[in-house]
Amino acid sequence: MVNLSVKIHELQLKNPVMTASGTSGFAEELTDFYDVSKLGAVLLKGTTLKNRDGNAYPRMAETASGMLNAVGLQNKGIDYFIENIYPRIKDYETPLIVNVNGSTVEEYIEVTEKVNELDKIPAIELNISCPNVKEGGMAFGISCPSAEAVTREVRRAYKKTMIVKLSPNVTDISEIAKAVEGQGADSVSLVNTFLGMAIDSEKRIPLLSTITGGLSGPAIKPIALRMVWQVYKAVKIPVIGIGGIMNAADAIEFMLAGASAIQVGTAIFKDPFIPLNIIDGIENYLVRHKIQSVNDLTGSLQM
Amino acid sequence: MSKKTVADFVVIENTTLNASTYFIKLKASKPLPRMKPGQFVNVEIKNTDEIFLRRPFSIFEVDYLENTLSLIVKILGRGSKKLSEIKVGETLNLIFPLGKSFTYPESKEKILLIGGGSGIAPMLFLAKECGLQPENVDILIGARTSKDHINVDEYNKYGSLHFTTEDGSLGTKGFVTHHPVLKTNLKYFDKVYACGPEAMMKAIAKEAKVAGVFCEVSLENLMACGFGVCLCCIEPTVKGNLCVCTDGPVFNINELKW
Repeated sequence: MVNLSVKIHELQLKNPVMTASGTSGFAEELTDFYDVSKLGAVLLKGTTLKNRDGNAYPRMAETASGMLNAVGLQNKGIDYFIENIYPRIKDYETPLIVNVNGSTVEEYIEVTEKVNELDKIPAIELNISCPNVKEGGMAFGISCPSAEAVTREVRRAYKKTMIVKLSPNVTDISEIAKAVEGQGADSVSLVNTFLGMAIDSEKRIPLLSTITGGLSGPAIKPIALRMVWQVYKAVKIPVIGIGGIMNAADAIEFMLAGASAIQVGTAIFKDPFIPLNIIDGIENYLVRHKIQSVNDLTGSLQM
Repeated sequence: MSKKTVADFVVIENTTLNASTYFIKLKASKPLPRMKPGQFVNVEIKNTDEIFLRRPFSIFEVDYLENTLSLIVKILGRGSKKLSEIKVGETLNLIFPLGKSFTYPESKEKILLIGGGSGIAPMLFLAKECGLQPENVDILIGARTSKDHINVDEYNKYGSLHFTTEDGSLGTKGFVTHHPVLKTNLKYFDKVYACGPEAMMKAIAKEAKVAGVFCEVSLENLMACGFGVCLCCIEPTVKGNLCVCTDGPVFNINELKW
């Protein structure tokens, strides 16, 4: 038997495969297909203090080996989550992680304080990297001082494991990673989507109502992998790899580059079973390579 | 919430219905769950770099004895084009059944089914499934010219067939809203159902509101996942932005901001 369990600070995962925020709803959508307790963790849909309708349609454009989205954090707000969704999902036997968003530091703190009261939520993912909102979001994640400020304040309000989700839309992502590590982040997850754009040449119009949106899918994988490698070398806290992971080989590449765990995102849109296939694939890989523990993969790139 | 599945099907028929429309019949290896008119499948388009996401198609027919499911595929873009080229014996991967179905009519009600383009698929499925006497069912199909229509003669046993074409080459000249069954007789129906281009459905919704008739339409907004996690296919409604894939694709016109 190989050991698939990993620990992200105090967050114990039965395997390193999580589903990314914004790609697996509030976990219950996946229960239509399978038992979510098989997953390492589920990152819940990005949540803000108040209801957000998100951006206008069209919000999505297919691109070569990927897609652009401009959803804009549509959600019903943290109070609705606590009253209506949390009671339905809290007993799922997989860690549920709230993805915390805000347009001001105060909003991030207020959401975090409410999540801190929820017994069955073992961690938060502080999202300072959403490219699709006018205020806050990525604006916090693209400069060291603002990333530090929001991380420091949320750290004060939150006692359990705090993951900070980083934006790739920066000159040097390892600088941002070091900055949030310095303010008490327990882990960093990367990357969020790349700011991109798509145009209908015949109609001469943008394909998204917001003109620009976030690029995800296999198209971004090599860049995400490079960024995970850079951040792994720069920080001591665990790194969670995200970006175009479609299969077990992709997931293992991220772990070799330094990820302690990974998140599957856009791949779920293609097939909601992909996260489970990846778990099986990692296990097979470990058996085949006679590796006892999945933790031994992290950063074990041979050079 | 009903259980959803992801499974491979074998293509057992791909028939050209007209220049841009195909009938594709798929066979499953396992018994199929109950599927209703208005529900859809999300089809993986394989062997192409430019198509990353699945494409949603309304369910046209299901045979639970033969374990077959059929689609009407109209070429609208690169995904449907690629799908139309699939050959018998190849496999297709489907996520199904997705979305909510039309509200079934009561036994004595009179219904009008209106389809345009590939939107005829769920309308003909409903005609077959609704369990009404044929004299209580009218089926109105609109297209640009007679060449855009497909042969639906076998459906006359489920109801009265009516056609419109914009050039007058088949049936009444004009849009579906110009046909007498809709223009003058709408108020005699208990329920009206429509699926087709958005402009067509909006025109029907307008008439149905004036006549005060129950009307449901099936929307086809761009989707990524098809099962409610990406929040891309949203439609503004009186209840806020709803997902066409899970809250629809069927909506009562009174819910929509049309």
